[in-house]
Amino acid sequence: MRVSEKIIEGLLWLAAVITILITAGIIWVLLSESISFFQVVPLVDFLTEKEWTPLFADKKFGIAPLVAGTLLTTAVAISVALPIGLTIAVYLNEYAHARLKQVVKPLLEVLATIPTVVYGFFALTVVTPFLQGFIPDLAGFNALSAGIVMGIMIIPMISSLSEDAISAVPRSLREAAYGMGSTRLQTSFGVMVPAASSGIVVSVILAISRAVGETMIVAIAAGQQPRLTLNPLVPIETITTYIVQVSLGDVPRGSLEYKTIFAAGITLFIFTFALNNLSFWIKKKYQEKYD
Amino acid sequence: MTNSEKNRLKDKAFQVFGVFCTFIGLVVLAVFLFDIILEGARRIDWDFLVSLPSRRAARAGILTAWVGTLWILVLTTIIAFPLGVAAGVYLEEYARKSKMANFLEINIANLAGVPSIIYGLLGLEIFVRQMNLGGSLLAGALTLSLLILPIIIVTTREAIKSVPRSVRDGSYALGASKWQTVWNQVLPASFGGILTGIILALSRAVGEAAPLIVIGALAYVPFTPSSPLDEFTVLPIQIFNWTSRPQAEFQTNAAAAIIVLLIITFMLNGIAVYLRNRQQKKIKW
Repeated sequence: MRVSEKIIEGLLWLAAVITILITAGIIWVLLSESISFFQVVPLVDFLTEKEWTPLFADKKFGIAPLVAGTLLTTAVAISVALPIGLTIAVYLNEYAHARLKQVVKPLLEVLATIPTVVYGFFALTVVTPFLQGFIPDLAGFNALSAGIVMGIMIIPMISSLSEDAISAVPRSLREAAYGMGSTRLQTSFGVMVPAASSGIVVSVILAISRAVGETMIVAIAAGQQPRLTLNPLVPIETITTYIVQVSLGDVPRGSLEYKTIFAAGITLFIFTFALNNLSFWIKKKYQEKYD
Repeated sequence: MTNSEKNRLKDKAFQVFGVFCTFIGLVVLAVFLFDIILEGARRIDWDFLVSLPSRRAARAGILTAWVGTLWILVLTTIIAFPLGVAAGVYLEEYARKSKMANFLEINIANLAGVPSIIYGLLGLEIFVRQMNLGGSLLAGALTLSLLILPIIIVTTREAIKSVPRSVRDGSYALGASKWQTVWNQVLPASFGGILTGIILALSRAVGEAAPLIVIGALAYVPFTPSSPLDEFTVLPIQIFNWTSRPQAEFQTNAAAAIIVLLIITFMLNGIAVYLRNRQQKKIKW
């Protein structure tokens, strides 16, 4: 009896420890392939060159254009999702009837369950032609449409996490504000939002991390032209799109081109890892404790 | 206008803006579904579902794609379900408060935030190259299992946590061992919650294209896979491939395939929501 109990506990422990092996595996795979990449391409060139052309005859290995493309689509996405998501959170908490909230919240969650390849199709075939009606200069592939659609996708992430943070603020604070004669708007933005600010910041950081790693929307709608620009109207390429582009082609294993996807991958991993841990740290350090 | 009137006006204005923001997402969703159905519905017929892929849009079908998606779903469930539930049970029932338990927890939270395409790179190196599985169904299912493992672990823990202490105490008082308590009391009581989590995780896996493209799943597979070591394609990759082509007929095909993919995704989510509601109604501790 005792022995079988111990064996079972051992097996369960093993299942839990596999998660550490996954992390170790990710870091090992990214590092080992990138190290052999950086033996050929100096790290300084990787960080300072302004062009990324590993698939052309004249090869240049500057990551900057891919990083710029990634940050550009992310910036567009967040500037759509943050104002809308935060407004929804405040509205549902302070203005809407409980019944409306019950109906709207799960409906918004539907936005987060739609596969991203479907959003990509939407960006390319609906949003871009629609925007071209106002912006004649808009290219067929561009960061703007991809970013807007990505923003719509992450609205529920910001609205739902922010709403949780705002509703965790104790009633007494809200009632004190109303007691002083504040309107709902003043209560929301003068008391509730500041009191819930750490939770809201965490939701935004997680949304940024999600947008940075998003692949299919940008692969379909943002183009495949690495370009060091902040212009959202022209085709660009993100880190994730580059990895997809190379994976679709026939690149022999062990070639420098093959290793570039791991160098791109480790750059992406560093970004998202830093953002995720920043959010954990903020959550732990700044979360207000009310008793 | 007095100050308080001004403030009341601002309050009203924000209310209108709030309604606008809340419904803009839903309106976009509606426009989008309407557009897809308008474009794709007429293309869906029996032939479309049972035809092999083709270079000619009018003759192309999604047989290999949906069969591949089904295979991936089944294999991923077989791999990720026992692993994720076991890890969740260990963390919730066995692990003592220690540095190790703390580290495991942070690590799982971190894994949940790793972009899916990075899992693709992991699968490419470990499963496709080192284990020599090639761009097979098994390599794809293993990759997706790692991707959804954090989701299953977190939801399993939440489901187990909701089982009250008294159930465990009762079991121990009757002389049951720890594992007997977990297996006979805790797991059956939390099964609804665990199942909900697994189905939600699977609905995530069904829509993934990026990691499978990286491990080398192909867009054009002229046969339906018959074993886990066969090459494969899935619906999202087929959609991506058709969307990337300039001809309008292929866009129509993509819209039709999207309808099928969305039906699968919504069905999985619907089952999960139904199970969760039933669970909440049935059990009152």
